[in-house]
Amino acid sequence: MDFEPRILGIACNWCTYTGADLAGTTRLKYPQNVRTVRVMCSSRINPSFIIRAFQLGADGVLVGGCHPGDCHYGTGNLYARRKLAVTKKILEFAGMEAKRFRVEWISASEGKKYAEVVEEFTHDMKALGPQTKFKIKKD
Amino acid sequence: MSRIGVFVCHCGLNIAKTVRVSELAEFARTLPDVVVAEDYKFMCSTPGQELIQEDIRKHNLDRVIVAACSPLMHERTFRKVIENAGLNQYLLSIVNVREQDSWVTEDEDVATSKAKALINGAVYRARLLQPLVSRFIDVNPNVMVVGGGIAGIQAALELADTGKKVYLVERSPTIGGHMAQFDKTFPTLDCSACILTPKMDAVLQNSNIELLTYCEVEEVKGFVGNFDIKIRQKARYVDHDKCNACLACTEKCPGRGVSEWDEGLVRRKSIYIPFPQAVPQKPVIDRESCTFFKKGKCRLCEKVCEQAAIDFEQKDTFREVKVGAVIMATGYDLMDTKPLVQYGYGKFPGVHHALELERLFNSAGPTSGKVVMRDGKTEPQSIAILHCIGSRDKNNYEYCSRVCCMYSLKFAHLLKEKTHGDVYQLYIDMRAPGKGYEEFYNRLVEEDVKFIRGKAARVTDKTDNPDHAGKLIVEVEDTLTSQFVTIPVDMVVLSPAMKPRQDAKDMARLFNLSTDKYGFFMERHPKLAPLSTMTDGVFIAGACQSPKDIPDSVSQGMGAAAEALTIVVKDKMELEAATAVVNSAACCGCQNCVRVCPYGAPMFNYEKNISEINEALCKGCGLCAASCPASAIITRHFTNDQVMAEMEGLMEI
Repeated sequence: MDFEPRILGIACNWCTYTGADLAGTTRLKYPQNVRTVRVMCSSRINPSFIIRAFQLGADGVLVGGCHPGDCHYGTGNLYARRKLAVTKKILEFAGMEAKRFRVEWISASEGKKYAEVVEEFTHDMKALGPQTKFKIKKD
Repeated sequence: MSRIGVFVCHCGLNIAKTVRVSELAEFARTLPDVVVAEDYKFMCSTPGQELIQEDIRKHNLDRVIVAACSPLMHERTFRKVIENAGLNQYLLSIVNVREQDSWVTEDEDVATSKAKALINGAVYRARLLQPLVSRFIDVNPNVMVVGGGIAGIQAALELADTGKKVYLVERSPTIGGHMAQFDKTFPTLDCSACILTPKMDAVLQNSNIELLTYCEVEEVKGFVGNFDIKIRQKARYVDHDKCNACLACTEKCPGRGVSEWDEGLVRRKSIYIPFPQAVPQKPVIDRESCTFFKKGKCRLCEKVCEQAAIDFEQKDTFREVKVGAVIMATGYDLMDTKPLVQYGYGKFPGVHHALELERLFNSAGPTSGKVVMRDGKTEPQSIAILHCIGSRDKNNYEYCSRVCCMYSLKFAHLLKEKTHGDVYQLYIDMRAPGKGYEEFYNRLVEEDVKFIRGKAARVTDKTDNPDHAGKLIVEVEDTLTSQFVTIPVDMVVLSPAMKPRQDAKDMARLFNLSTDKYGFFMERHPKLAPLSTMTDGVFIAGACQSPKDIPDSVSQGMGAAAEALTIVVKDKMELEAATAVVNSAACCGCQNCVRVCPYGAPMFNYEKNISEINEALCKGCGLCAASCPASAIITRHFTNDQVMAEMEGLMEI
């Protein structure tokens, strides 16, 4: 059976989401396993979002924001960087495979990088198989 | 219970080719709370928009979802559509099934099932969307133009003519930019100074333009309609209010600095004006080379100045300026060709780059308009012009710099006029796209210029042929005859790539702009919005956006002025409605939000011991909400519930 991972993407409006759009206008082709939520800034991300995503059954979570120093709101992504680094450590501590949560800084002009990251992350999730540690089973 | 309408756009075949659009609409109909789902060829067209509005009325919709192109493309469009049908514009959700679905896969099943998941997510979120009220603030009517080259000058003049006050900030001692360095301009062979200096003078004379030369932007605060910009006035050591431009000081000065204006070909005085028609025509002292600043002696300029305008005590001063919009027109630099060692720039004195040649041609230049070798007297008997040095080059700049073919043709023409030498033109393609450009090329073809179709491989001084001793040998493959050719010449002229300014990335950071991989400022949309940026209120014009010629720079200056006017012509502007608000009951008074906000929007109320957010300052980024340990901050339109509901919908399928 071919396992197709379901990945939750969270992308910041100004950089990563725009970069993902650029991958589209360039007509790059990449696996379509990522379903993206748009937020205005990566700093909006509450660690509870990541945990919730895994509870909902996401096999992987991919967060994208502006490169540190280039945040549309100045310093937002610097807080995101630290917060999400701690979140990753907590997830690992709680038994989640570290590779299932990835944070990547992708700018608005990096369409190609977006496609490559998604391709790579999807490949990694396929190898890991379905996520079961946090997924809430429905009766 | 919501009444949701889902509208799926085909976008011609852009979406419909890969996503099964009617199946998508059918799927949407099955979702709880969706009362109507349509699909249509072009949802953003008039009939498409009317379809949505009709359905809002017919079915009493209170939430609308449009599955189409990216929200970055048409969210604004559809917000207006639903507003005109009586719905608050924030009761809309856009689903991106084009840029992030149909365009990035060829598999119909994959594309359609992803689109279903995305729509499901949008429906989950739409149920929780709330109407938001727009607020308005006053708009500052002034505009700042950063960069006093031809694009910036044009923008400033257009705005000033509409009655707006313009601050024209220029880093060097004079306005004019690179265009003022040129001799003649293609294809008309107009004298550059002759067409530019009237505009420079117009800037000086226009009472609506405050000319701030020798100034740099230091800090930018605020937002569209209300920018607060700190400018550094660099110390000139000359009081421009007292100076009457007699220039006696420049005659006596013993100090010498490298002339930036003459591209380093000669030295200039330490107290100087860059060129005779400089605006303002008042000198500055170059501290690095000034004898007094270096050794503590001299002060000759001070002695001869009858206006007592020299002031060695001057310091850099700062000034705060408030404007409603900004135009970036900071121009370009030519690539440094020294690293391209195969061409020998910097090693062989006979190798020049394009701007150096312009200075040689220019009658006000270091050789009074004579084309001579670096010894200052020998006329070159043969000159080779090399196209595409650094441009169209994967190892340097992949793009074409757009103007070099034309100015290289111009050089060939002027060289035939000013010297009796042989002129060789080594090109890959001949790019002459503008008005009168191809005709200019045809003219050159008749002028006994030797065209060789091939990019020069190397410039060397080594030769086995005794007749070629002392010459520079240009090696090239003539691709039309498929022969390897060596050309002995006296002088080589390189046409280097046009690239962004060295500090373009720093400027971008100041103004919160994105740059592309080369450092050019990124436009909002390369076709439909080339002059605006993702930062509202900051516009771009000229070569800082991408390489271009003078007509295009002028057009963009005018265009950017119009763009800036759309902001400053209004008295008030609509504020971001998706702002953050503190739930005072839950706030624990930790002031985390106050500490982290880049805009100072949250403020602590010491009487109530809670934080309150100033909605005029809030930009809606959400950092405060994610930093609140009490989960007391709600970011409208992106609340925790809304985001997590969307996630639930996305993961359900």
